[in-house]
Amino acid sequence: MTSVGRVRARGVLLITIGIALLLGVACKRQSGTGASFFPASNQVAGWATAGEIRTFEAADLWKYIDGEAERYLKAGVQRVSTTDYKFQNKIDATVDVYTMGNAEGAGTIFRSEPAVDGKPIQLGDAARLSSQSLVFRKGRFLVRIVAFEESAETQQALLQLGRGIELRLAR
Amino acid sequence: MSSLRGANRRDFLKKCLTGAAVLGASGRMGLLSPAEEGAALAKSRVVIARDALLRGTGTTVDSHRMLSLLDRAMQALFDRDNPMETWKKLVRPGEMVGLKVNALGGRGLSSNLQLVEAICERLQEAGIKASDIVVWDRDSDEMEHVGFHVATGGNRVQCFGTDRVDYEQELVTHGSVGSRLSKILTQRCNVLINVPVLKDHDGAGVTMALKNMYGVVHNPNKYHPNGCNPYIADLNMLPEIRSKMRLTICDATTACFEGGPGYKPEYSWKNNALIVSQDPVALDYTGWQVIERKRAEKGLKTLEDDKRAPHYIATAADAQHRLGTNDPRRIAVVEA
Repeated sequence: MTSVGRVRARGVLLITIGIALLLGVACKRQSGTGASFFPASNQVAGWATAGEIRTFEAADLWKYIDGEAERYLKAGVQRVSTTDYKFQNKIDATVDVYTMGNAEGAGTIFRSEPAVDGKPIQLGDAARLSSQSLVFRKGRFLVRIVAFEESAETQQALLQLGRGIELRLAR
Repeated sequence: MSSLRGANRRDFLKKCLTGAAVLGASGRMGLLSPAEEGAALAKSRVVIARDALLRGTGTTVDSHRMLSLLDRAMQALFDRDNPMETWKKLVRPGEMVGLKVNALGGRGLSSNLQLVEAICERLQEAGIKASDIVVWDRDSDEMEHVGFHVATGGNRVQCFGTDRVDYEQELVTHGSVGSRLSKILTQRCNVLINVPVLKDHDGAGVTMALKNMYGVVHNPNKYHPNGCNPYIADLNMLPEIRSKMRLTICDATTACFEGGPGYKPEYSWKNNALIVSQDPVALDYTGWQVIERKRAEKGLKTLEDDKRAPHYIATAADAQHRLGTNDPRRIAVVEA
């Protein structure tokens, strides 16, 4: 190989590695840790972020949800990412996005929770909306949004935020 | 209530409280004299105090009404007409009092701030210095997240998590448990007032007084198998916990009948009540029944049918533990 050829080959190799690294990073972001799940302020009308994003891996899940962790571990949870939002400075909410090992795990958790006052709605693969909460699953993700104030606007606002998050979840 | 007023009521309560104290503190039933055994067979008193207007027309608990509710609960528990008499029976000036709250449920289902403020107010009026009161749980950030303001030093009520002072190096053991205790428990308080929340618990069935001690040790995650049984009972046998525990004031203002211990509004209800007792086992048993009634009302299975009955309560009452009674015939539930 000539010196020019060697330089070209090295260039191709570096570009290939660069592309591979970029794809790797992109995949990692898509599949799961933190920021990619959560719409920035005003990406969903009226909703602003109100705290940092925290992520708990499976082994540390108990630090976030105490004894409830066992149920998620049995269903194959990998991690949960959580953050807070505020709607028009009136409604505070917390969003939890659980990344399970597969869609069946998300389904297991979703089905284990009785509907009680919640009504099924069209969002992701399955969803339930209550007066102050929205729970839905999509692929291997299970999302729980809890509002701390009940008002005439709460349900609609929760639904809008849920739709904003659902769009960001890869199958 | 009216039939319990006057001297007879006082005598009855004296027996109740003696029984609870003997059951709760001595743990040596077989060594009691006949007179002591008679007292030990008296009922443990559990007071459920309610105020339907606790939140007025809003969603936030009213501080003044909370103070009145606490007073009513304490007066019914100790059979006193003046709330200050109850606190002076409970604590003495110079003692360092720890309020073990529960901030784990996050906003919506953690120990109520107005309740904690009311307890601190009464403790100070009973002669406890502000700086000798510490409001605590395992983690300062969790406490701040639910509205507590971390405060250390100065002549004010102290408020922080074990993360600020760490756990003791030495491992303490009893039965199935081996843990390092929070230095707040071992070094910062000689009286413990337990301020848990009335909750369903996915693993244990329910969580109130006894389970709240999981927040005192470095490794609670090790104690969740088998419905937390016998871990909860064994943990509460540790001398540092058992000897300091003087009262449980369970926050049942917002309670949870399913999906606990985290806050899920669809499984919570505004109960506007406090449950108070010196017998943590009797309190947990009584709270369990409250949760079962709510589950039935919502059309849910009993915890037994859901395969998560809180068996740890019976273990805490058994001959190896004697932390209190779970026998409904020996529990006097008083509505106030």
